Amino acid sequence: MSKTVPVRLQVNGVEHAIDVEPRLLLVHAIRENLGLTGTHVGCDTSNCGACTVHLDGRAVKSCTVLAVQADGASVTTIEGMGTEDDLHPLQEAFWNDHGLQCGYCTPGMIMAAAGLLADNPNPTEAEVRKGLEGNLCRCTGYHNIVKAVLDASKSKGATVGQSEVTA
Amino acid sequence: MSATTTGNGTYVGQSLRRKEDPRLITGQGSYVDDVNLPGQLWAAWVRSPEAHAKITSIDTSAAKERPGVVAVYTNADLDMEAGLPMAWVPPGVEVNTPDHWVLAKDAVKHVGDPVALVVGTSRYSVVDAAEDVIVEYDPLPVVTDPEAAIAGGPFVHEQFGTNKVCDWSLGGGDLEKGFAEADVILERRIVNHRMAGAAIEPRGVLAQHRAGKLTVWSSTQVPHFLRLFLTILLGIPEDRVRVIAPEVGGGFGSKLNIYAEEVGCAWASIKLRRPVKWIETRSEGMMVTHHGRDQINYVKIGAKRDGTLTAWHTRILADLGAYQMLLTPLIPPLSAFVMSGVYNTPAVQTDVTGVMTNKFATDAIRGAGRPEATHTIEVMMDQLAQELGMDGLELRRKNFIPPFENGHETAMGIVYDSGNYVAALDKLLEHIDPAEVRQEAEGLREKGVYRGIGFSTYTEICGNAPSRAVGPSAFGLQGGGWESATVRVHASGSVTLYTGTSPHGQGHETGFAQIVADRLGIDPSMVEVIHGDTDTGPWGLDTYGSRSLAVGGEAAARTAKKVADKATQIVAHQLEAAPEDIELRDGKWSVRGSPDRGMTLAEVAGAAYIPENLPEGMEPGLDEQTFYDPENFVFPFGAHACVVDIDAETGKVKVVRWVAVDDCGPAINPLLIDGQVHGGITHGIGQALYERIEYDESGQLVTGTFVDYALPTAAELPSYETDRTETRSPVNTLGVKGVGEAGTIAATPAVLNAVLDALRPLGVTYIDMPLSPMRIWEAIQDAKGKAGAPA
Repeated sequence: MSKTVPVRLQVNGVEHAIDVEPRLLLVHAIRENLGLTGTHVGCDTSNCGACTVHLDGRAVKSCTVLAVQADGASVTTIEGMGTEDDLHPLQEAFWNDHGLQCGYCTPGMIMAAAGLLADNPNPTEAEVRKGLEGNLCRCTGYHNIVKAVLDASKSKGATVGQSEVTA
Repeated sequence: MSATTTGNGTYVGQSLRRKEDPRLITGQGSYVDDVNLPGQLWAAWVRSPEAHAKITSIDTSAAKERPGVVAVYTNADLDMEAGLPMAWVPPGVEVNTPDHWVLAKDAVKHVGDPVALVVGTSRYSVVDAAEDVIVEYDPLPVVTDPEAAIAGGPFVHEQFGTNKVCDWSLGGGDLEKGFAEADVILERRIVNHRMAGAAIEPRGVLAQHRAGKLTVWSSTQVPHFLRLFLTILLGIPEDRVRVIAPEVGGGFGSKLNIYAEEVGCAWASIKLRRPVKWIETRSEGMMVTHHGRDQINYVKIGAKRDGTLTAWHTRILADLGAYQMLLTPLIPPLSAFVMSGVYNTPAVQTDVTGVMTNKFATDAIRGAGRPEATHTIEVMMDQLAQELGMDGLELRRKNFIPPFENGHETAMGIVYDSGNYVAALDKLLEHIDPAEVRQEAEGLREKGVYRGIGFSTYTEICGNAPSRAVGPSAFGLQGGGWESATVRVHASGSVTLYTGTSPHGQGHETGFAQIVADRLGIDPSMVEVIHGDTDTGPWGLDTYGSRSLAVGGEAAARTAKKVADKATQIVAHQLEAAPEDIELRDGKWSVRGSPDRGMTLAEVAGAAYIPENLPEGMEPGLDEQTFYDPENFVFPFGAHACVVDIDAETGKVKVVRWVAVDDCGPAINPLLIDGQVHGGITHGIGQALYERIEYDESGQLVTGTFVDYALPTAAELPSYETDRTETRSPVNTLGVKGVGEAGTIAATPAVLNAVLDALRPLGVTYIDMPLSPMRIWEAIQDAKGKAGAPA
């Protein structure tokens, strides 16, 4: 095992200082070092997007970022978007529209959608489909995901995660 | 949903949003990789890079010296008497079934065959150590083509002297007479290529042996099966084994198996007295999570000049891969059960041959045999229509089995439960007008865009299963087909349903709660549905084959009715009325005509658990249980239409419209049905256009990641238009049929028929899937060449 490196991360508004192997992926730092297991891993090749989080406000695939590269950055995960009692409009829309089945791709899908809406608050259906191209879902055929993102775009506050609002 | 007990018995049929979702949309779900235990070790597998080779030596010394490595195991260390199970023993049929050890013994038979198991303290370091295991191989000849494999050697397993796994047939009616009476006989070779389930959550397992009890968390569709086989393979009494399928991130059949990694991690956790965890990487998953399809159908059909079908013969060559896993050889026979499709063909015969190759095993993938059958049937119906110069839909109508409500026996002796195929097609045509699409196609052609429309009218067989039909002395499955349910009414009046089914995204917690709530006069939010944990409820037969609602949901309904019956007795006794005068209305059991005096479920539960005033001889408590074995399968059906645009320059296909009418009986929750249909269609579009598991001639997996195995994304797909007809099944009291696989079963022929319809003006008559741009471009060029060739 190689030497560890100190890394500072602000995750969902909370400061963390961790020591990691230089090769540790950001997604594993989030899941295993910080215990935030809502962010998932579905492939080895950055195709599926299940690991999507926001890094300094931009949606990234956290399996393609090393934890050390994120040193000093602000990270938002699905846990920072909303709670069961206070859902983010995207979470609410995914629930209302049956935008998930097994739920495994869902956190990444919601984070990618939030990134999409931040760039383009009023997307067309075609723009939503294009914008979610980097996130794979095997259950829903995307129909209800696309519907949920379009519905969320019509509600207030759909563009940013809640931790980013309060931070 | 409110939390009051004012149920009016009307939740069934409503599009309630799911009970499962709040935890899943907030990142609070617990999948296998989210579970960690103190002292936990990690496992990594050393896998064969060769498709077929003798293992000449394994040197584990360097790996063992790595810091953090606790153990490195090879086959020599295993003390299991048997390998992985195969559960099909059809009476009178010999099935060549090689031993399938958790770690390869002496030889490897496919790329990815596990050779050594490395266990250590960290996720990353065990992967490093696995790289240090040195295995020497002596390569053996490889066979990957099923037609070559059945014709002769090289043999995958030398001891059989053949690559044939088995021959199996199902048929009925006079085939010879049918072909003799035919005016037209049409033959095709239709390839249904290999594909992956590709659930977005990879497989994973965490095993702990502590205080004499083995607990295994696995991303599986079949926790009860897994517990039974862990008991058998590891010699631990079943009561000392607990399997938990926590949140499972999709299955599509690919997690319906007993895998080497599950048994191996459980075994290692016992040896090492520490928890052992393994999480599959996607590259591993593409290699060693079972594949599906991989059939060649040699089909020959006969028809009268007016389109009346007279005979249908299909010879299926099924590439089963290197080992027979749990259900591997029985999947192609499932094609045979629906080879009549929705048509009144008087003679139908299907002959299945399974063959071994140096690829990984096939087994059930969404649809499991029925997509292959439906593809062949529906593609052939269009091919026949062309041959006869008839409209494809007219040909279908001519041959439809007329509407029936209670049983139709096909030529093969399969009894369909209920069907109204013409109604589904008529409803489809309310939404889409083929003439209009063809008119649009005329306009687009000058822009180099070829638009086509394709149809598929299907039925399928699901609701597994009547035990007498599938069991050891009939079809030969070494198991039954029933399902269990337990309803526990708590003292305060909320309810827990334990189901033996094991969902992985389908929405059982919501749909089953709706069924129970209606029968007990409560809100579905008061019904907790527990599944996927062998320690919490009775034995169950898990989730696959679109069985959960028709078998498990029916078990839940029957159990809730037993509770309601007991409640009625208690209320009648307490209100001093006759039980037959008691009715459940607005959340209360009361005397008919006197709704003011009545008891809620909570009040009945109070009376049952503080049993001061129960009817003479009645036991206290309010729990009931059912084991329900269905009398027959159920046969959902429907009609789908697909519109594609093809760029003639590049051969690229775009699905521009999809209309689906499905009939799965009365809806429990229409939202869930639509979701299943959307996902099912997408699985079929994926196979038809993009997805293919491909091995090269040396047995190397060419499509080993999501970079080269192309799942459809949102960008390639349209939104879908869905509708339903509702024909009750006479098999269960809910009247329901399954819907989890229907979309997939319907989809591929609709796509292929649409593509062929689009390309017909160019002279293309047939292409096999996957309909890649290259394949279509080549077909266009071939057709042009033929058209330009001198006569």
